[in-house]
Amino acid sequence: MANTVLRGRAIKVGDNISTDLIIPGRFAHLRSNLPELAKHVLEDTLPTFTSELSEGDFLVAGENFGLGSSREHAAIVIKMSGVGAILAKSVAHIFFRNAINHGLPVLLCDTDRISGGNELEIDLTDFSIINLTSGVRLSCNEISPLMSAILEEGGLIPYIRKHRDFEL
Amino acid sequence: MGKTLAEKILSDKSHGDAKAGDIVVADVDLVFVQDITGPLAIKQFKEIGFGSIAKPQRAIIFLDHAAPSPHRQLSNDHRFLRTFAKESGCFLYEVGSGVCHQLVAENVANPGDMIVGSDSHTVTAGALGAFATGMGSSDAAVALALGKTWLRVPESLLIILDGAFPKGVDAKDLILYLIGQIGAQGATHKALEFSGQALACLSMSQRLTIANMAVDAGAQVGLFPSDDVTSEFLVSQSRGDSYKPLHADTDAEYQQAIHLNLARIEPMVSLPHSVDNAVPVSEAKGVEIQQVFMGTCTNGRLEDLAIAAGILQGRKRHPDTRLLIAPASRQVLAQAIEKGYISSLVESGGVILPPGCAACLGLHQGVLGDGEACLSTANRNFKGRMGNPEAMIYLASPATAAASAIAGEITDPREAM
Repeated sequence: MANTVLRGRAIKVGDNISTDLIIPGRFAHLRSNLPELAKHVLEDTLPTFTSELSEGDFLVAGENFGLGSSREHAAIVIKMSGVGAILAKSVAHIFFRNAINHGLPVLLCDTDRISGGNELEIDLTDFSIINLTSGVRLSCNEISPLMSAILEEGGLIPYIRKHRDFEL
Repeated sequence: MGKTLAEKILSDKSHGDAKAGDIVVADVDLVFVQDITGPLAIKQFKEIGFGSIAKPQRAIIFLDHAAPSPHRQLSNDHRFLRTFAKESGCFLYEVGSGVCHQLVAENVANPGDMIVGSDSHTVTAGALGAFATGMGSSDAAVALALGKTWLRVPESLLIILDGAFPKGVDAKDLILYLIGQIGAQGATHKALEFSGQALACLSMSQRLTIANMAVDAGAQVGLFPSDDVTSEFLVSQSRGDSYKPLHADTDAEYQQAIHLNLARIEPMVSLPHSVDNAVPVSEAKGVEIQQVFMGTCTNGRLEDLAIAAGILQGRKRHPDTRLLIAPASRQVLAQAIEKGYISSLVESGGVILPPGCAACLGLHQGVLGDGEACLSTANRNFKGRMGNPEAMIYLASPATAAASAIAGEITDPREAM
């Protein structure tokens, strides 16, 4: 992985942000045109998201982020919009895998301790987060060694291209 | 220590001793993709560069989500998938065949199988005792290439079912009630395993409804043991040979046990915009409904249409309430025609849609208008789900949907029976 220390601002969303909210089914005809699809990311819940976001900012959510459909496009359009990592109190099972499979880090932590606009620094070597605005250091859940290896390769497809199999 | 159903199947498929919390690599018996996650899966598969599918006879493409296609771009996605199916040798179910999960249950899934589908409701086949789980397109692509996948063996929640449903109450009410109790993330990363005396009187159709929504409690899988109901279903689908006994060990370890008495469950409605916002129908009574949508992998089976036809027979839908019905498969449609259910539904003012996902996910065939409310027998009511973030979606059983279509407002089905 090129950068192990990420810096950016927090953009906050609430609890239960479903994949239907991230990228609604009504845009399914754009799924084979990802740059066009990405223009609609989160538009039903946070219409200012794409204009507010700078490259490397963090999407900071509450509980059960990414619940619902298995559409991997939800993770892809978040990454394409420039998000450096997703921070949440909890993340739905399939979305978690999809994000890691595209090299998009997901960190589980107490996001109540982060406000919108806070400057954050994340060290991916030990999954530590410092809120530079408040000075608070946050601990977060580690991911399995296999997921960590997939993330390091930049996603599942580069991982399999390199290893030709899963290595436990 | 004994094993749960999840541990048993994953031990078998990983050729080891799989325990909750372990990371395993498991052989995959079936990989499938559908028409809106499939194009990405196939592109990712090509990117891996393995050339051919590990087990082409165990890979299926379904054209069900945008079927028939309402968009030029989606028609081109269908063309891409048809071409790949021909090149790779995997089977393709054409437009009009039905919803992938119903077709997997009718034709493919067997007790003890490991199934990966690039659709979250792949869990439906857990009703047949298959470790069936939804994944993204990249995971499906890798399962196509390698014939295997990786998993974290889930902890299991044991759901013990006793008693019998009162009149007007069904499997949908049970699963909405359970999700209301444990929440939309009550089983995240975990397995739901169903057991108890009531299982013997739960049909395969009812089990499929329950397993289908395991993912809407966050679960990786929702598993039923195999029994006479499983065996009879497989015989009825001309694959009785595929039956095998599958039970959790009596000393298996569960993270939690939840007892539910079916006799105490009422008709349930999930209010917008969350599946776990489940209340007894009395608390939603009187909400005006502009559209009733009956069908999907949750409740589009023959038994569901029989219940709806029984209530709607000789009666008319409310003039201000559209009634859309999508049978879950061609087999369901053919049987419903034969039994006269389709006539009853059409005469009551219903619109029969082609077997497939239809209006469920907001692509076509029943997109809601601003401010409209829909009572749906599907599994999701997230904001924007049915094509319009300004619409409201209520989830309920086929009986509640049929009774509400007549009244034009959310109605207790027990009053219409």
